Amino acid sequence: MSVAVTIESVEKRFQNFPALRGVSLDIQPGELVALLGPSGSGKTTLLRVIAGLEQAERGRVLFGETDTRDLSLRERRIGFVFQHYALFKTMSVGENIAFGLKSRPRAERPSPAEIRKRVSELLELIQLPGLEKRYPSQLSGGQRQRIALARALAIEPRVLLLDEPFGALDAKVRKDLRAWLRQLHQRTGHTTVFVTHDQEEALELADRVAILHDGRLEQVGSPDDVYDHPATPFVCQFLGDANHLPVKVVGSQAFFQDRPVLGGLRQNQGGPASLYVRPQHLRIVDDAPLALPGVVEHLRRNGPLRRAEVAVDGLPKRLDVDLASQVAPAIGERIRLRITHGNLFAAA
Amino acid sequence: MSDASLPYQIEDLAPARAARRVKGESRLVQFVLVGVSLAFLCLFLFLPLISVFVEAGARGWHAYREAILEPDALAAIRLTLLIAAIAVPFNVIIGLAAAWAIAKFEFRGKSLLISFIDLPFSVSPVISGLVFVLLFGAQGYFGPWLAANNLKIIFAVPGILLATIFVTFPFVARELIPHMQSLGSADEETALTLGASPWRTFFTVTLPNVKWSLFYGVLLCNARAMGEFGAVAVVSGKIRGVTTTMPLHVEILYNEYMGAAAFAVASLLAGLALVTLVLKTVLEWRFADAIAASRHH
Repeated sequence: MSVAVTIESVEKRFQNFPALRGVSLDIQPGELVALLGPSGSGKTTLLRVIAGLEQAERGRVLFGETDTRDLSLRERRIGFVFQHYALFKTMSVGENIAFGLKSRPRAERPSPAEIRKRVSELLELIQLPGLEKRYPSQLSGGQRQRIALARALAIEPRVLLLDEPFGALDAKVRKDLRAWLRQLHQRTGHTTVFVTHDQEEALELADRVAILHDGRLEQVGSPDDVYDHPATPFVCQFLGDANHLPVKVVGSQAFFQDRPVLGGLRQNQGGPASLYVRPQHLRIVDDAPLALPGVVEHLRRNGPLRRAEVAVDGLPKRLDVDLASQVAPAIGERIRLRITHGNLFAAA
Repeated sequence: MSDASLPYQIEDLAPARAARRVKGESRLVQFVLVGVSLAFLCLFLFLPLISVFVEAGARGWHAYREAILEPDALAAIRLTLLIAAIAVPFNVIIGLAAAWAIAKFEFRGKSLLISFIDLPFSVSPVISGLVFVLLFGAQGYFGPWLAANNLKIIFAVPGILLATIFVTFPFVARELIPHMQSLGSADEETALTLGASPWRTFFTVTLPNVKWSLFYGVLLCNARAMGEFGAVAVVSGKIRGVTTTMPLHVEILYNEYMGAAAFAVASLLAGLALVTLVLKTVLEWRFADAIAASRHH
């Protein structure tokens, strides 16, 4: 199977700050990959290295079999969309989209009629037909974003690179555009890499999610894979809320303060470990062999769910518990919690 | 007044009082402030300007024509236009290059370069002229070599050109640097990834983005290039009809008690300043939208 983009142990530093430390990643043709991480994790730098806007100090990037160091920016044929769109404001929408085609060397340049046809097709594709004559200042943020995408698609890019594509838009438009981008990707099948710090966006949109932290790739996998089986404590906490319990593993059981809280472990190595449990994986039970006693201290609403904050002896932070049923415990009530699923990491 | 109504009154009054305080305490203060500004403008700007034109026309149209069409005056006008025609394009190119380097790249000594660009503004024009005398004059560092090779810079046109370029250098760069810095490099990077050559990127993306700042810079640079006196006076040697620009010609005429002729030539220079001002205002008004768009997105 051929690979669209191969990233081989890429390293990059800015002055003394290591932005990327040995990142390797394969991207399959037609794939939609999210580079996810907090700010300063190196995700945008990686995107710019793939684009050729930054040079890696070590390692290399291949497009198919070709080393990109042998390619000029024009030969790379990438479609790069900036967070703030970077539309040419002195040009109309039509001229913006046509820019890449008009910039080709004379021999490869399509005729003006062909360019016009291509522009109107692209406007059709992004569902903004007939906007050729408008100027970027006359468009909304969501429209500008789509024009920037159409401009990038005009050169038939090998790879589409999107830097925080929805970062500058408000929440509602962002949701709509997300669904729209997913559809567009299914129709056009461009190999696409996008950068985001929004884990929800990454999990919803991408075929695969690559999580970066401090310039290192922490984990790559399908959204289900990384969410359900995080490889590191960082990934576990970054992808969603998680309660942390310091535990001790003996045999097939995890003990919190000499009380068994989780059983059926297949890990063989015993000793101290960190147990991460998501709020939806804590259930209030009447009585169970493996249960954690606590006191409800606070109740609040978290989107569609209600959430209880439960104080447990020996834990400095209260546990977040999602309440599955409509019947909520009262504040001050003593309850018992059972862990239905948890992620265990050997303590470093 | 009942107790119950008191809180309402306080609430109602508070915003009005605040608004009045922001706009100024009384109309009298407004009138005084506007009046002082206007009086100052009249006394120090409009009155002298008007007097230039009045004096120029005092001896009638015929004398005015005579003063301007006199061979030395024509030579001064020609020289001034020549100097501006070389100095302005030169400073546009260098100014663009400097602004580009400062706005788009990170390098050591960048802040030093920015202060150097401002140097001609902070140095007295006389010093700017003397620097070139020191370098290229008969007793200067390169003087003997220039004399041996039969080249003349000081007391000749090249010296005037050098002094003018030096004095007018900051205008274009100073207009462009903040604008280019605020624009960032995303537009250029986009153009390059779309396959445009660096030159095409410059001419189709960068230049249109900064055209208004560039235009202001050129206007101001041109006005100063034609009007510069101090630096040019030092290097010119004031050889009549050869190295006198319009401002120098005005001074010579005035010193020789030819007031009407001096004011006639001066009125041309003042006219240039007015044209510059009018052009700038008209363009700002006519293309307000385009200017706002190119500055703020």
